[in-house]
Amino acid sequence: MTEFVQHLINGFSLGSIYALVALGYTMVFGVLQLINFAHGEVFMTGAFVGYYSGRFLGFDRSPSFVGLLVTLGVSMMACSLLGLLIEKFAYRPLRRQPRINILITAVGVSLLLQFSGQLFFGSDPKFFPQVYKPEGTWEIGDLRINPLQVNVLFVSLSMMLVLQYIIFKTRVGRAMRAVSFDHDLARLMGIPTDRVISWTFMLGSALAGAAGVLVGLIYPKIEPFMGIVPGLKSFVAAILGGIGNVTGAFVGAIFLGLAEEFVVGYGASTYRDALAFIFLIVVLLIKPTGLFGRAGSEKV
Amino acid sequence: MKDLMLILLNLRYWLLVLGIVWISDLALMPYIDPYFSKIIILSGISIILAVSLNLINGHTGQFSMGHAGFMAVGGYISALTTLLVQNLVIGNLAVQNLIFLLALLLGGISAALIGFFVGLPSLRLRGDYLAIVTLGFGEIIRVVVLNLDIVGGSRGLAGIPKYSNFGWVFTFAVITVFFCWRIVNTSYGRAFLSVRDDEIAAEAVGVPTTRAKVKSFVIGAFFAGLAGGLFAHDLQYLSPAIFDFNRSFEIIIMVVLGGMGSISGSVIAAIFLTVLKEALRPLQEMTGVDLRMIIYSLLLIIIMLTRPNGLLGKREVSEILMSWKKKAS
Repeated sequence: MTEFVQHLINGFSLGSIYALVALGYTMVFGVLQLINFAHGEVFMTGAFVGYYSGRFLGFDRSPSFVGLLVTLGVSMMACSLLGLLIEKFAYRPLRRQPRINILITAVGVSLLLQFSGQLFFGSDPKFFPQVYKPEGTWEIGDLRINPLQVNVLFVSLSMMLVLQYIIFKTRVGRAMRAVSFDHDLARLMGIPTDRVISWTFMLGSALAGAAGVLVGLIYPKIEPFMGIVPGLKSFVAAILGGIGNVTGAFVGAIFLGLAEEFVVGYGASTYRDALAFIFLIVVLLIKPTGLFGRAGSEKV
Repeated sequence: MKDLMLILLNLRYWLLVLGIVWISDLALMPYIDPYFSKIIILSGISIILAVSLNLINGHTGQFSMGHAGFMAVGGYISALTTLLVQNLVIGNLAVQNLIFLLALLLGGISAALIGFFVGLPSLRLRGDYLAIVTLGFGEIIRVVVLNLDIVGGSRGLAGIPKYSNFGWVFTFAVITVFFCWRIVNTSYGRAFLSVRDDEIAAEAVGVPTTRAKVKSFVIGAFFAGLAGGLFAHDLQYLSPAIFDFNRSFEIIIMVVLGGMGSISGSVIAAIFLTVLKEALRPLQEMTGVDLRMIIYSLLLIIIMLTRPNGLLGKREVSEILMSWKKKAS
């Protein structure tokens, strides 16, 4: 039983990180109908910006919650800038091209970021600075909880709440929803669609940057190719929940995190990386709109 | 089926192909530097991979990102076959080559079988979703291989006999090009093109679009499996890491660079990128960074931004030469 609860906690903390990345995918897809393949690499960049800023600002020598927040902030800003640049230079010129061309460009941007990451950061793995190190472990009965995991869960949950607020309560959020509903109609109604799309990219990329820092805290080994697998898995999570749907992405990511943790916990750990894709194929073949997908909008 | 038979029965082409291979392999190879011949062999394998992926991505318009998976299936199956059989039969060169040929075909057929199952989702999915599902299939194949002890798991499979030579690679590259060329120029394969250009219209005029899509996957996978077998018997070692995403992306880059839907474009791009990879090796060793992939990906982005259809588009080299001739006269 204790083991089960332990896996549950691990699964939630893994799932909440997938969720941060998946939200970026789902937002961009909702607005542009585009799989931003480079999103996983934005996540990787976030981790590296966190690595350098954490060390540069000296938070690894004096860990504190403030250190975590500052590192998060720097990393999110850098990543939103990166997202903006990617959108402006790679995707915007292609907006009227066939979908397949944008997909190929996205793959190209993803590869470019991976290998320039290797060029700039070096190919050997680096150890993420402990910018925030809570004391001891919490013990409830036999259960041992690493407070770091709980904090990470807390940070990512609050970010999602902020995102929900932005999407449903602010002007930008309303414009995003309008653009996602009908791109051309939104433009006719006077919404600056290009600017809204830039905002969407910036928001999504900022969340990916935050996820990069949080991953660095829990799994400290970071390297330039760390974005590929979590990126793909988060995309699967977004599809699982119904792509374009923020709540769906969150639920799908938690579900995937739990499923992976249990697969690792009870035996077949080597099959972990295949699990997400098996889910993907099953979901797409049985219910292509995902669990929370809008009925009637066959996106496939 | 009749068209297929016609292709297979056309002896003139076969004799021509075999003649070229014989002359080049027997007469030229002893004088060629081993490093150079290695590049030629790798180029030939790239040609098979690029042309076969082009059949799926370029001619049928079903964007597949899991070509390395098919290559892995073919490579492992054919390597296992030769490894198992070579202990049973001790034969002369002719017998060994026959075994190799059978192993290659077996690899190709098993890849085609997998291709059938990968092709099935294409009946429901299109565009980005199909791309990501095929990517997923490729990854699942890699993870399964990683977990199979019989093929060495993550340690890899070593000691594969070196059967691949210029003759074999060349034969199969020519067969692949010839086969794909004939296919898209018969009514049998025109169905593939119609699926790419307008699926609904094709369906309306009675083209069996579902069958065309699955067929293109099966044929593409078959040749990718062959290429995998040739690759395995050239490198003499296989590991799951060889067949990761990047391998699939490399093949996609070849297809996109050459032009989606142009066989000669794929051939040119496959040779160009394979040679470029080797040409960049000294620079890479100096800097210690895989510059090749940076250049590849930049190429991909620039081509998409400036020439969205690839260098040749849907046209073949011969057509372009013809249009130049017309302009000149």
